[in-house]
Amino acid sequence: MADLPDTFRTWFAAKGWSIHPHQQAMLERADAPALLLIAPTGGGKTLSGFLPTLIDLADGDHEGMHTLYISPLKALAADIKRNLTTPVAEMGLPVRIEERTGDTTATRRKRQRADPPHIFLTTPESLALLVSYDDAPRMFKGLKRVVIDEIHALAESKRGDQMMLALARLQTICPDLKRVGLSATVEDPTAIAHLMARHPDPCEILQADPGPAPDISMLRTDEAPPWSGGGAAYAIPAVLEQVKQHKTTLIFHNTRAQAEIFFHNLWLANDDALPIGIHHGSLDRQQRERVEGAMVRGELRAIVCTGSLDLGIDWGDVDLVIQIGAPKNVKRLVQRIGRANHRYNAPSKALLVPANRFEVVECVAALEAVLDGELDGDPRGPGPRDVLCQHILITACAGPFEETVLYSEIKTCGAYSTLSRAAFDACLDFCATGGYALRAYDRWQRLIKRPDGLWQLRDPRAAQRIRMNIGTIQDTDTLKVRMKRNRGGKPLGEIEEGFAATLTPGDTFLIGGQIVKYEGLREMTVEVSRDAAKKPRIATFMGTKFATSTQLSARVQRMFTQDAWPELPDHTAKWLALQREVSQLPQPGRLLIESFPHDRRAQTVVYGFAGRNGQQTLGLLLTKRMEALGLHPLGFVATDYATLIWGLDPVTDPETLLDPHALQDGLETWLAGNAVMKRTFRASATIAGLIERNTPSARKSGRQATFSSDILYDTLTKYDPEHLMLDITREEALRGLVDFGRIEEMLERTRGRIDHLTLPRVTPLSAPLFLEMGRVPVKGEAEERLLAEEAARLMQSSGLAQITPADASKPRWRVGF
Amino acid sequence: MFHVCRMNGYDFTIAGAALKALSSGALWWPQESLLVVSDLHLGKSERIARRGGASLPPYDTRDTLTRLAADLALSHARTVVCLGDSFDDLMSADALPEDERQWILRLQAGRRWVWIEGNHDPGPVDVGGTHLAELPLAPLTFRHIAQGPASGEISGHYHPKASINARGRIITRAAFLIDSDRVIMPAYGTYTGGLRAQTPVLGALMRDEAIAVLTGPVPVAVPMPR
Repeated sequence: MADLPDTFRTWFAAKGWSIHPHQQAMLERADAPALLLIAPTGGGKTLSGFLPTLIDLADGDHEGMHTLYISPLKALAADIKRNLTTPVAEMGLPVRIEERTGDTTATRRKRQRADPPHIFLTTPESLALLVSYDDAPRMFKGLKRVVIDEIHALAESKRGDQMMLALARLQTICPDLKRVGLSATVEDPTAIAHLMARHPDPCEILQADPGPAPDISMLRTDEAPPWSGGGAAYAIPAVLEQVKQHKTTLIFHNTRAQAEIFFHNLWLANDDALPIGIHHGSLDRQQRERVEGAMVRGELRAIVCTGSLDLGIDWGDVDLVIQIGAPKNVKRLVQRIGRANHRYNAPSKALLVPANRFEVVECVAALEAVLDGELDGDPRGPGPRDVLCQHILITACAGPFEETVLYSEIKTCGAYSTLSRAAFDACLDFCATGGYALRAYDRWQRLIKRPDGLWQLRDPRAAQRIRMNIGTIQDTDTLKVRMKRNRGGKPLGEIEEGFAATLTPGDTFLIGGQIVKYEGLREMTVEVSRDAAKKPRIATFMGTKFATSTQLSARVQRMFTQDAWPELPDHTAKWLALQREVSQLPQPGRLLIESFPHDRRAQTVVYGFAGRNGQQTLGLLLTKRMEALGLHPLGFVATDYATLIWGLDPVTDPETLLDPHALQDGLETWLAGNAVMKRTFRASATIAGLIERNTPSARKSGRQATFSSDILYDTLTKYDPEHLMLDITREEALRGLVDFGRIEEMLERTRGRIDHLTLPRVTPLSAPLFLEMGRVPVKGEAEERLLAEEAARLMQSSGLAQITPADASKPRWRVGF
Repeated sequence: MFHVCRMNGYDFTIAGAALKALSSGALWWPQESLLVVSDLHLGKSERIARRGGASLPPYDTRDTLTRLAADLALSHARTVVCLGDSFDDLMSADALPEDERQWILRLQAGRRWVWIEGNHDPGPVDVGGTHLAELPLAPLTFRHIAQGPASGEISGHYHPKASINARGRIITRAAFLIDSDRVIMPAYGTYTGGLRAQTPVLGALMRDEAIAVLTGPVPVAVPMPR
């Protein structure tokens, strides 16, 4: 099959194209059981993946589905469909291409199951749903190839683990299935190859020509970036100037909130009324589609966006990528820039815009890393067991299964190739009985073992509930936002439930680039009206927050040791100098701690350079110690470099706080009670099917909402501390959010060399910490004290205090008159 | 009574009866030596599993009973009123494990025990005690769901919770709603969620000067959030 058939050769020639070397190589290896292509975007990567499929389908004698395409983004599936339809139509190939995502209508889905297309485009979640149906063998009958696009993105998350488990199912249904992975440049292709191959089969890796190095620099502005903040408003004129000079500019942000603010400010300054759109994952689908459409038609000069536009969608003539805010991770930066540029063999042009002066340092460090070709990344551990539990439930939905067969099938996934039988059995027991020490559900097991040894759902109705909860993406509870009208106004997007709870009628916030006023909550929808007059509050969105890599952190740390910073803009060099003057810069081998009062609280900053997760754990450990020492900590926030802790009483003796033995001794015991563990539990328990995000009746009325997952967590720790779910939570927390290793390393590296400075006010270096999102509250004594104070104040100001008894034994409040 | 003084609570008077909202979410009427708890939802995890839902940790009933036993040990109540939705449904009551049934019977020993009917448990259950649609005990009336105009009414059903913003920290707790006519009690059961005090149905039931008493280590009273 290595030679291009005439139809294809003619088509290529008519286009004036020649086949790329890696496309040819892919064609030659079309029969490899697994094949991973590493190629830059714009290099015809998609066509490389589909060329063997199109050639195979050209004679029109294939029955049923031929190729399954999986992408991490719905939008990408739609985009690929457009791109494939062109050659198929132009060559007159007898090929039917259809997509299926969460947005596909029910009628269409039903038809797709009955009469599958030749090429089927979908997402990991939709695939998991499809293999949960008992007719999956019929639907996927004849399937020859699976193409996994942007596999490097999936390989980093549980979505990828779920997808590979679903593929193991498909491989059993279609033993000759060939796997093709398409990846952007990564630091360790063999790790991805290991994940995507049918273990222990080999997986060949093809490296395409990486193309020219990107033309990337930091935007230098006349005006200095602010001391702190993430808005980069100072750069608006310079960014607008860049937009004018280029055809189409993508303006990336790290968080949705930042994108909203930037877009708002951009519009205020957009005197020429350049067509500029906004795109992020919390906007209503119709809004997003409108922007995507306008972009494809070339009607927009710029799009303000987040990671939702991050993957290889063909946006036409993008000739400039602007990254607002520090990139956090060099590999991601390179991929983001490379992907946005779809012109092969032309260097991508990118500008980094630091949002504040700390980020100037980060951006310069990242630029140096890009020039040195130093990509970063850490290996992932074995496949997560919460995903495995969900997969067992999905398997049960599809019909009775034999446990040993399922175990062998799961072991063909690279991530689960080392899974022990005991670990599998524990997961199966959890799915079947709940796995509790108290065997309470003998009558009501979710899965039962039949006399013939096969497992099946006890109650077939359970399948519907399981299917409703398929997926591993952790979205926080969000509420839809609509314009207030009589019969339900225009949907705008969604905001976090927690943010909605802080709103009172009349409050304003930004969504989709417009300021709206909170009118009220109707059922589970936030109703708003247009409001142009006020300065908005900022809606909080739970965006993915990337940790700055070890390598990049080290670079930043090294920069702090310099006497002067000629490579930095003058304002930033001055800022570092100012920090050196009023406090000091963190020195390698020493640990800088600053204490100062601010915002009616005692603040302490620990510059540990242990990475976001490590610093987060440090915050948990230290607040726990502070609670024990009676310092009334209220909460903390962590960045990659520092942890900021606030409380009611100041820290005076950090040596005692940071005693490594005390920290380590405390780790196991306090792990149980902290907020990060509860957050991790919530995520894992939801994936494993213990908590149902969606139930047939839930969220319709909003009445007597389900009780919080914290209650389940507390109950388990109290009555069943050895339970599998707590074990999974510990494992997930230790590898994800805890990262105690880097704290130990930091304590070792700075042992006994603590510089503790007590200062009168916020220091230059600590200022950005006050704007960090993701503050973790400490629910200790301080909360009781605050609550009592605030309650007294409220009762006093409302006048109710006068009529309420102060002395419990002598009630003075006689009601009714 | 010395043991009563040790009970942590918020004192108030309604229709002439002096009551104490306890930090646990129970209500104490010293004059009658009467303890009220509402919405225990015993057997909730069992009911969810039975209906094909998730297998939640099956420890909710014992956790609820542990807390109830602690309140009884402190108060030595002569009468206990369970204000409805004591069982998550009538089958849950029948399916109660034997040790938990025995536990309830032990708690009932030597005192009057009244199960008020709730929408989840609208009929008699076979777990000791007396069954009533509602219990009038002048000047108070105990029923599951609050009725329109009332005086001295103690009810449950809504699982009220209240949030207050204390120096930027939102603190949310299960709460008593109290005015001169009625008390709406928080849910006592371990696996129970809450309904925000701002919800219109609660706003319509309570008078303007109503307060919310948040449960927790030390109960605190605030004007009812609207």
